[in-house]
Amino acid sequence: MIATNSQNAHSPQRVVVAHVEDRPGVLARVASLFRRRGFNIESLTVGHSDEPGLSRMTIVVDGQGTQVQQVERQLFKLVDVVSAIDISERPLVARELALIKVSCTPQGRRDIIALADVFRATVVDVADASVIVQVLGDEDKVDALLRLLHPYGLLELVRTGRVAMVRGSGTSKPVPVSEIERRAEEERAQFGRRPDGALPFASD
Amino acid sequence: MKRNGAQILLESLAAEGATLIFGYPGGVVLPLYHRFREYPQIKHVLVRHEQGAAHAADGYARASGRTGVCLATSGPGATNLVTGICTAYMDSIPMVVITGNVARDLIGRDGFQEADITGITLPITKHNYLVMRASEIAPAVKEAFHIASTGRKGPVLVDIPKDVFIEEADFDGYPDQVHLRGYDPVTVPSDIEVERAAAILNEAQRPIILSGHGTLQSGATDELVALAERAQIPVITTLLGISGFPEDHALSYGFMGMHGHYFCNMAADHADVVMGVGMRFDDRAMGRFKDFNPQAQIIHLDIDPAEIGKNFHTHAPVLGDVRQSLRALLPHLTSTTRPDWIRWIDDVKAQHPTDYDAEGAEVTGPWLCRAIAQQTQRKATIVTGVGQHQMWAAQYYSYTRPRQYISSGGLGTMGFEVPAALGAQFAQDEPVWSICGDGGFQMTCQELQTVAEHKLPIRYVIFNNGYLGMVRQWQELFYEDNYHSVALGQPDFVKLAEAYGVTALRATNRAEAVAALREADAHDGPIVLDIRCVEQENVWPMVPAGAALSETIESAEEL
Repeated sequence: MIATNSQNAHSPQRVVVAHVEDRPGVLARVASLFRRRGFNIESLTVGHSDEPGLSRMTIVVDGQGTQVQQVERQLFKLVDVVSAIDISERPLVARELALIKVSCTPQGRRDIIALADVFRATVVDVADASVIVQVLGDEDKVDALLRLLHPYGLLELVRTGRVAMVRGSGTSKPVPVSEIERRAEEERAQFGRRPDGALPFASD
Repeated sequence: MKRNGAQILLESLAAEGATLIFGYPGGVVLPLYHRFREYPQIKHVLVRHEQGAAHAADGYARASGRTGVCLATSGPGATNLVTGICTAYMDSIPMVVITGNVARDLIGRDGFQEADITGITLPITKHNYLVMRASEIAPAVKEAFHIASTGRKGPVLVDIPKDVFIEEADFDGYPDQVHLRGYDPVTVPSDIEVERAAAILNEAQRPIILSGHGTLQSGATDELVALAERAQIPVITTLLGISGFPEDHALSYGFMGMHGHYFCNMAADHADVVMGVGMRFDDRAMGRFKDFNPQAQIIHLDIDPAEIGKNFHTHAPVLGDVRQSLRALLPHLTSTTRPDWIRWIDDVKAQHPTDYDAEGAEVTGPWLCRAIAQQTQRKATIVTGVGQHQMWAAQYYSYTRPRQYISSGGLGTMGFEVPAALGAQFAQDEPVWSICGDGGFQMTCQELQTVAEHKLPIRYVIFNNGYLGMVRQWQELFYEDNYHSVALGQPDFVKLAEAYGVTALRATNRAEAVAALREADAHDGPIVLDIRCVEQENVWPMVPAGAALSETIESAEEL
């Protein structure tokens, strides 16, 4: 349930938190950037942040096919993006909510409720031939419950995508540009010859 | 003070010092054109196609260093700008683009001449605005000029619906500040980065500087010369970096890349330290990435953090304005000499041809470029199109003054040469020389009308070989001589120019060409030279597409 540093190191997925101006068209700018640069989005969630006029995006990208550093820096280049930080290397709380509609006869309900209990999921709707199970947790937990519910007959599924927050008192909120540059500088100081992963041009 | 949107826009442009606009009217911008006469300080240059407006603003910006401004109506007017906007975006040219749009209540309803130009230009502008209130025009224009001309420069589009031009709002002067919490480019380099770069340079045995467009954009020529001299580092430029370092300087070693000089490409490939200055390690300059000089340590001076590490991992990045970074680096460098390294490059230079001209009476590309250089004493501003003539102009002119070589590098836009020369001519009194391809000239030659109207003393020299030369060269070398759609039937360029009221001459051999160039140089007003060149000629040397710089070839036999 808890994503830690060591888990992140093995996971190809990277989490980037961006704070963006709450203006029309900003989502389109971000989406356009991802499409244009060929970055692969696994999930993207947007909502209000605690700062007025700023929305918070949690973007999960496939770290194997995409240079996450480029995602961060290209995002930050957008005028409407106030900050973009890759938080994958830090201890995180990451959660996802799913609503799962399962077909179910009155006789089968008890089984499903018992299963939901094990996952600390709740049944939020009961009808003659179906129930809706609400589950909250990381992707693995949601996946596991889904697998177990599948045999009952999955009618419909909705997942929110991941939201994430850094543990402890540190935040991924916007900091002065100088601070972002200091961090970027530390990163750039990591010597190396070639970018990891695929190079962006076919000439290679 | 009440003003309508059109007046606020013009007040804002005037306050910004943007007194030259290349534009073309249309339905939704009529409320704006209605107000132009109230602002005589703003000169509106009527082009004959909106693409011309964008390239002219671009050419003006490249020649002057100031922000270019262009204007078009909604729908087709706006979409015609797209090629020009993308050209400017790829080469980081400061430009503000104003478009009209349909009235607010028609937006999203597919109104007549409606185009989602902010959506269309999302990936090819640095930023764009759809201004929905007259009161928001002045702040948007202020931000647009600020964003376009700071950091890594680029085009910014401001889209204004028709009724916003008419709407009245309070206007109490042009804002003097911008408030952008997501935009604050770093210009001053950090000490740590500067010291790290200096340490690598001081240890280097065979360092080389690759100077790009950023040197010109930040006006860093003097700083670059000082640094190169102190540490005795040979300087190579990228295509767009040409004229950023004087080519008559002892440490100037030409330009690198697909058609760069042989010794340049070898020097870049044999250096132990490669310092990129205001350049982006583009594939046309570097050849196949993974085989570019594997042992070199890379230092990268750039203003755009996203460029650092994009194509190559960098050992010592220096983020900041190139001029400031070079200034900061200078005192850290030890003064030294590198006779062995310089001799190594000079030897390679001596062992390989640097002139691929074929002797004879027929006009060749290299010969014509040198003839133009001779006629203009290497002092003219040269604007080129895209293709073989662009490469010859890069190889054979020898540029000594910043902003002397103006060319579409990133996007490679044919037809750029005609309107960009027009824009460049508005930035200077001395005649601009436009080196044109016969293909590119045909794409935008309607701007001859604009040139004629303003009596601009531009010398258009058409390298007329009757072929889409560079494409023909590729078909010859890589597609088994299978020529298809590359032989261009052309109009009589002399008659065409004369139809526009522009003097024109034709030359079919070297003697005639020399005479024509002399006459053009002395001519008062615009002139077009139709110079018939050798039909099938190749640009050498060449790094075949996908090859490494070390695999530069000098003739077809090497393929």
